[in-house]
Amino acid sequence: MAADKTYDAIVVGAGSVGNPTACFLSQAGLKVLVLERRPAAGQGDNKAAIGGVRATHSDPGKIMTCGESLKIFTNWEDEYGFSVGWKPGGYCFPVFDDQIEGVLKGILPIQKSHGLEIDWVDADRVADLCPGIIRENLRGGTYSPIDGQVSPLLAPVAFQREAQNNGAEYRFNERVTGYLRDGAKVIGVKTGQGDYHAGETILATGADAAEHGVLLGLEIPVVPDVHEAGISAPVEPFLKPLVVDLRPGPEGKTANFYFGQNHEGQIIFCYTPRELFPGTNRESLSEFLPILANRMISLIPRLKNLLIRRVWRGCYPMTPDGVPIIDRVKGVDGLMLAVGMCGQGFMMGPGVAKNVTSLIVDGTSTLPDEVHACFRFDRDFWAAKTEALK
Amino acid sequence: MSDRRIDSHPILPPLTSERIDFTFNGEALQARKGEVISSALYAAGISIFGHHHKDHGPQGIYCVNGQCSQYTVVADGRPVKSCMVPVSPGMSVQSCEDHPALSEVEASASSPDVPDIEVQVLIIGGGPAGVCAANELGRLGIECLIVDDKQELGGKLGLQTHNFFGSVADCYAGMRGMDIGTRLAEEVGALPTVDVWLDSTVVGAFCDGKFGVAGPQGYRLVSPHATLITCGAREKSLSFPGCDLPGVYGAGAFQTLVNRDQVRCAEKLFIIGGGNVGLIGAYHALQAGIDVVGLVEALPRCGGYKVHEDKIKRLGVPIWTRHTVLRVEGDEKVERVITAAIDDKFQPIAGTERAFEVDTVLVAVGLSPVDELLVKAREYGMKVMAAGDTNEIAEASAAIFSGKITGRKLARDLGFDVPIPSDWESFGEMLKHHGSEPVAYEAPVIDTPVYPLLRCVQEIPCNPCIEACPHDLISMPGSILALPDFAGLCEGCGQCVIACPGLAINLVHNDYDPTGEKALLTLPFEFEDEVIPFGAEVVTTDMEGNEVGTGTVIAVRKREDQDRRKLLMLEVPGTDKFLVAGFRIREPWQGEPVEGEAPDADPMVCRCERVRKSEIVTAIRDGVRDMNQLKAVVRSGMGGCGGKTCTELVMRLYREEGVDPSEVTQPSIRPLVAEVHLGDFVRTSDKEGD
Repeated sequence: MAADKTYDAIVVGAGSVGNPTACFLSQAGLKVLVLERRPAAGQGDNKAAIGGVRATHSDPGKIMTCGESLKIFTNWEDEYGFSVGWKPGGYCFPVFDDQIEGVLKGILPIQKSHGLEIDWVDADRVADLCPGIIRENLRGGTYSPIDGQVSPLLAPVAFQREAQNNGAEYRFNERVTGYLRDGAKVIGVKTGQGDYHAGETILATGADAAEHGVLLGLEIPVVPDVHEAGISAPVEPFLKPLVVDLRPGPEGKTANFYFGQNHEGQIIFCYTPRELFPGTNRESLSEFLPILANRMISLIPRLKNLLIRRVWRGCYPMTPDGVPIIDRVKGVDGLMLAVGMCGQGFMMGPGVAKNVTSLIVDGTSTLPDEVHACFRFDRDFWAAKTEALK
Repeated sequence: MSDRRIDSHPILPPLTSERIDFTFNGEALQARKGEVISSALYAAGISIFGHHHKDHGPQGIYCVNGQCSQYTVVADGRPVKSCMVPVSPGMSVQSCEDHPALSEVEASASSPDVPDIEVQVLIIGGGPAGVCAANELGRLGIECLIVDDKQELGGKLGLQTHNFFGSVADCYAGMRGMDIGTRLAEEVGALPTVDVWLDSTVVGAFCDGKFGVAGPQGYRLVSPHATLITCGAREKSLSFPGCDLPGVYGAGAFQTLVNRDQVRCAEKLFIIGGGNVGLIGAYHALQAGIDVVGLVEALPRCGGYKVHEDKIKRLGVPIWTRHTVLRVEGDEKVERVITAAIDDKFQPIAGTERAFEVDTVLVAVGLSPVDELLVKAREYGMKVMAAGDTNEIAEASAAIFSGKITGRKLARDLGFDVPIPSDWESFGEMLKHHGSEPVAYEAPVIDTPVYPLLRCVQEIPCNPCIEACPHDLISMPGSILALPDFAGLCEGCGQCVIACPGLAINLVHNDYDPTGEKALLTLPFEFEDEVIPFGAEVVTTDMEGNEVGTGTVIAVRKREDQDRRKLLMLEVPGTDKFLVAGFRIREPWQGEPVEGEAPDADPMVCRCERVRKSEIVTAIRDGVRDMNQLKAVVRSGMGGCGGKTCTELVMRLYREEGVDPSEVTQPSIRPLVAEVHLGDFVRTSDKEGD
């Protein structure tokens, strides 16, 4: 029984946000405890990610946060000698119609204004980046070479190792059942195995954020829905960028789909359903493979010869406006929210973790105030959505 | 081009299919029409199918069942499982070096609208259990669909050239497995409500209550009201230095090559494991003209039936109990196997190492149920049952009976009033009996002119001898487990010698030489004539294979009604007549002592991703207790087989490292249970309208 231990910070959840947060907090010298209900780090929706990491969003907060993530991921192996499976190659959005061309070209100025290396490329260049792509009606597309892919399997191991090297303590198979309060202030957590005290408690509970909100007496507007993904056996490297096809599918089920070849040579793929699957059922559906196979083969016919190895589902913890919550809660000291990553937790995680560390250690965001404003807990979540590219 | 095909076989009819041309890495070769690529390559003497991307390790066959990941070749530009895909005329096959490239293909119209077919009962796996269940259900007019990934029904029965144990009345005992398979398939084929999809792989159970099936008619979903999972078993694996060399593979894989495709895939064979699969594998090898150099068993006694064991010992195959294989050596192929005696703690005893020159090592260390679909279907609350090896590993005769019972249970569940006789359950259990401790054999002294010696010393479920005797002189008190008794006046017809699945009965002809100087024995024999020619002098052995003396073959009786079992008349000295139970077809050889230190070696554990023991042990010592995290760190279990081969081996490493298995989180099971092409999931114009 590890009752009544005291830490500087307790991170609840060792997923795509909690795990790097523990890493950077412990690097900053804090005594950190990580509590995870699953048996190991990154075993929830983190490993369900397909691993794409791009800074090329349209929302400044996401652009800057993912820019930070990219920096961390690209340098990780040099800095720590442990591979996170980083594969450069960028993101390519091939375009076949006016409407999508308009959207993508429309956000280029804001993306460029944040220093992002992204531009419109012609059809030949897209065909060069995506060998075998159907040329009919291909108008070109956007390409952002500095984006890339990271292994959602290796990254959690990397962050956990570095956190533990800095003294962070991980406790697995231990579910947080309540929060310790001193008046309004959160002073720690309660689990089936004891109470743990800390000056700061960081909520990084992904799809379970709302349930933890209930324990805290807070309404955290995070509602999960489920997305499905799959992976092939490895093939000879031929596809550099992660490819996003924003066209809705003729079958009426897909809003868009995307895929890439990872550092192992495997093709990893996913689609955004037109009609969402709310909930947390992470078991696979029969309709996924026929729908996605048809879309992939219709875009790049040679993909039909891929041997398909595995499929799975993972949760997108959605906020009403599609933007995460990275904030303290007014009137509740000792609590930091880092939740509602809206399916982008893996790519945002390291950047969010840097931000949370800065908020806790220095009391300031890594982002300018006006940019960080979009992550505030007290924002109007139901204001008109302005983000063009989610 | 070497041709390693079996031209004549004592049991199997010759394959008559025409030859078709194909190429491997540009070399012109021939295959039999319908033959899978791996068998055609083996028949041409090619055992290396490519090299692994991680360490360039040579890749060859392992399971020949579409389950392991060492099968990949590139056929006409697409990576395929060589053990599942038949050669087509003119096919260009390339070895898979590192990663296969995706070659360019023409665009064609496709659609994601796959058929969703409702059936009353889906039976996954058309082996003995599945087919027998379908027979029960089909006879009641219940609509069933059998899906099987092979070209014909019967499962592994088709590989079993030997006569089966069990009960004559209840599970076809005495017939050869392959003939039982044919009969069951014919029975099921005559039932109008039973539909069969062959060459079709169930790739997964999905949480919406459907199964996905990839096959020649395109991808189809099946929504069953009830499901019976009879997927059989897969062979357990072993990790030792050299276990990953091409030429080390499963005994079931061997039986597929030899008995289904009639490929003489080895010259000299060594077998690990003295269960029924290993023992009968040795017998099948000898029948195919492959020399069996030896067999090791770690336990003090073979786990298989004693009659199987004795049968191969008599033929001259040494069985080394309390021995293990230390390593297999060779450069990209098996060249020799090194064995050693082991102590009570299964540790090798220094100084007992022996080397045997062989080209093939079979792993026959037991079976595990193929139950991934069962686990998921149960998890999803689907109405599901299992039978045969998927439910419990046992002999095929038990699977036949288990299919029968489960078929009726399922029918009752569906509201059909069909009886299940009260003794069926206990009889089914009896068929799973592994055999009692053997007793010593003592030949009875009988002075009638001719009589049989029933060398049956172990209780096993088996009764063909009592049914065989036309005068009912053989009896079995109590159950089919009991040892048979003989009493009365034998006429020497030899029916019992022909019927005994264990080849454990021989006749003694007392009247052959009134002086008693010589005696004549009738012995069962299932080899080609030239193995022991008429007039040959042979080395005789006792029941357990110990040398007795010599004998001369004076006649061979091979009538049509003997089910391909010959009766060999052997003249022996009169003093040997009770002792001699067989004769050698090969000289046993004890190997060479091994000098010097064993080389440092780090055995392969995960064959798909080529992860070695040291990598996994390091992770275990680093504190990894979740196998899903282990997959992430070292990639064991991330390959084509999805951890089916290595999970047990990894668990063994956990135990060796002193980790309580209850601390270890087992890997998640997710679709697909077998790799299929992305293109298999869509409907293309050539697949529509079936």
